[in-house]
Amino acid sequence: MAAYISRRLLMLIPVLIGMTLITFSIVHLIPGNPAQTILGESATETAIKNLEESMGLNKPYPIQYSIYVTDLLQGDLGTSLRSKAPISKEIWPYIAATFELTLFAMIFAVVIGVNAGIISAWKQNSWFDFLAMLVALIGVSMPIFWLALMEQWIFAQELGWLPAYGRQNNRDPMEAITHFYVLDAMLHLDFSRIIGILKHLILPSIALGTIPMAIIARMTRSSMLEVMKSDYIRTVRAKGAGQFLVIYKHALKNAMIPVLTVIGLQTGVLLGGAILTETIFSWPGIGRYIYEAINYRDYPVIQSGILVVAFIFVIINLIVDLLYTYIDPRVKY
Amino acid sequence: MKIDEKSNYSEQLQPNPAKIGQQMDLNEVEAFSPWKDTWRQLRKNRFATTGAMVILFFILLGLLAPFITAYPYAEQNLVERLKPPSAEHWLGTDHLGRDIFTRIAYGARISLQVGFFAVTGALVFGTLLGVIAGYFGRWIDMIISRIFDILLAFPSILLAISVVAILGASLQNALIAIAIINIPIFGRLVRSRVISLREEEYIMAARAQGMKNGRILFHHILPNSIAPIIVQSTLGFGTAILEAAALGFLGLGAQPPTPEWGKMLAESRDFIQLAPWTLIAPGISIMLVVLGFNLIGDGLRDALDPKMKN
Repeated sequence: MAAYISRRLLMLIPVLIGMTLITFSIVHLIPGNPAQTILGESATETAIKNLEESMGLNKPYPIQYSIYVTDLLQGDLGTSLRSKAPISKEIWPYIAATFELTLFAMIFAVVIGVNAGIISAWKQNSWFDFLAMLVALIGVSMPIFWLALMEQWIFAQELGWLPAYGRQNNRDPMEAITHFYVLDAMLHLDFSRIIGILKHLILPSIALGTIPMAIIARMTRSSMLEVMKSDYIRTVRAKGAGQFLVIYKHALKNAMIPVLTVIGLQTGVLLGGAILTETIFSWPGIGRYIYEAINYRDYPVIQSGILVVAFIFVIINLIVDLLYTYIDPRVKY
Repeated sequence: MKIDEKSNYSEQLQPNPAKIGQQMDLNEVEAFSPWKDTWRQLRKNRFATTGAMVILFFILLGLLAPFITAYPYAEQNLVERLKPPSAEHWLGTDHLGRDIFTRIAYGARISLQVGFFAVTGALVFGTLLGVIAGYFGRWIDMIISRIFDILLAFPSILLAISVVAILGASLQNALIAIAIINIPIFGRLVRSRVISLREEEYIMAARAQGMKNGRILFHHILPNSIAPIIVQSTLGFGTAILEAAALGFLGLGAQPPTPEWGKMLAESRDFIQLAPWTLIAPGISIMLVVLGFNLIGDGLRDALDPKMKN
């Protein structure tokens, strides 16, 4: 096990180096002069010179790269061209916002997906099974940004039940402590605010959680059907256990192993994939941070934003891999 | 798997009841071909045939667009703006008075083309890299696999955005970006397939006969890896269309007045309450096309991969 963990960690090194090479290249692969592209057509010679100076663009590539990596290792993610603030300082609230959204989207996806999958397998070929799998199939085929727009239209604009934009009522903002707003509102002991923040979370969570929900439901169903065929389940049945007990006490444990992997991997995907949902719901998360940076040609933010998300993604995948060996001791490495 | 194949053979070897008592003519037994078997299973699968019909519908819609639409797709007519569906405008008009049905029909061309070229690009490069890595192994495999790891370390939409951020926003660059993010998916698939085939006895036999690497690869290994590649291509087609629409929606793909479905959604966003039809038609079109490819892909997987059969 220890050997496996250390090997898995060692394999991470080339991936991390590759990631920094890619984000480093984002600026340097821009056709033409990067400083010119960043500043626009009308930039003066001196402005271009100054920017090249401040971003170190006038040095040879290997030196620029070594400076870039040295800075990263010291926790320096560069300076935003738009806000002039250090990115490592301003990025946390955005990350927290995306984490909070992802967490709620995953809760939605897991609760609905796992249960729908179990019932589908239990009542295989029933109308519920058919309907659930149809919904799951539509779920993976639907553009989530379209689903988000439809939700906004129906539940926010037509029915007026839920807010369409943002994380909280912006006319009455809360003093942020951790930037996880639900937690912050709890710390403030402000219950009406907790409700308000949860209401803001509903629509984006459903939009973001729909694809993983569909994937989890399909995975749970097929995994469950597989396990139900195994010998030990037949033994449990032979002992006279009822269907409910067979499923929830005995089958679920083994059936959940592949599902847990999917849940882990999907969490990583959501963190990066939240960009569309965040754009539509004006959710101030990391995806939106990167998206706005693209519109302002704020390349340091694009680079660091993408790097941070990719880093989190890699770490989550690592944790999933390690957990897998822990949960399923039959897997030997 | 073995059991399934056997049952197929035995079915075909069943004597014709009319000829019971006579000697059976073995020439009359239909030769067993895995492709015919796949085709037969696919035709029996109602989901897959529905998917195929949906795709066929959109292919025809795209091909016949100039003949079945009454307006140029970019023609603005501000007097007719935001009109609901009617006899003149089957799906209504958008905020610039453009006929939505016309734009959906021309949009089908774009989406299907993007899907086709992105998947083909990813397929060609992914397969090539996967075969090289899997067959030659050692340091070549090491390098190629690490490149795949690195590309897969980025959430796909973010990687696509990075590529577009470098190359600039256009439909063509979005297509390149989508192809690039799909390369490692095909690459890994082919690599693992090649590694398992490499050790098979018939490959060893081919090598013992003195066959060259290229011949072994292209005549023996690749043809035997084709099934999972076909399934992945079909499913990838749908994903590529979704990704192109997402990039278009973010303004990083097709540029106006191109009638790309994702872009149409972005342009109509502000009119959702006033004219919901401007968003419903492009959204449903994307969903149907992707659903079509997913249905065919699932059907193909069931037909081609007997291990998945329940």
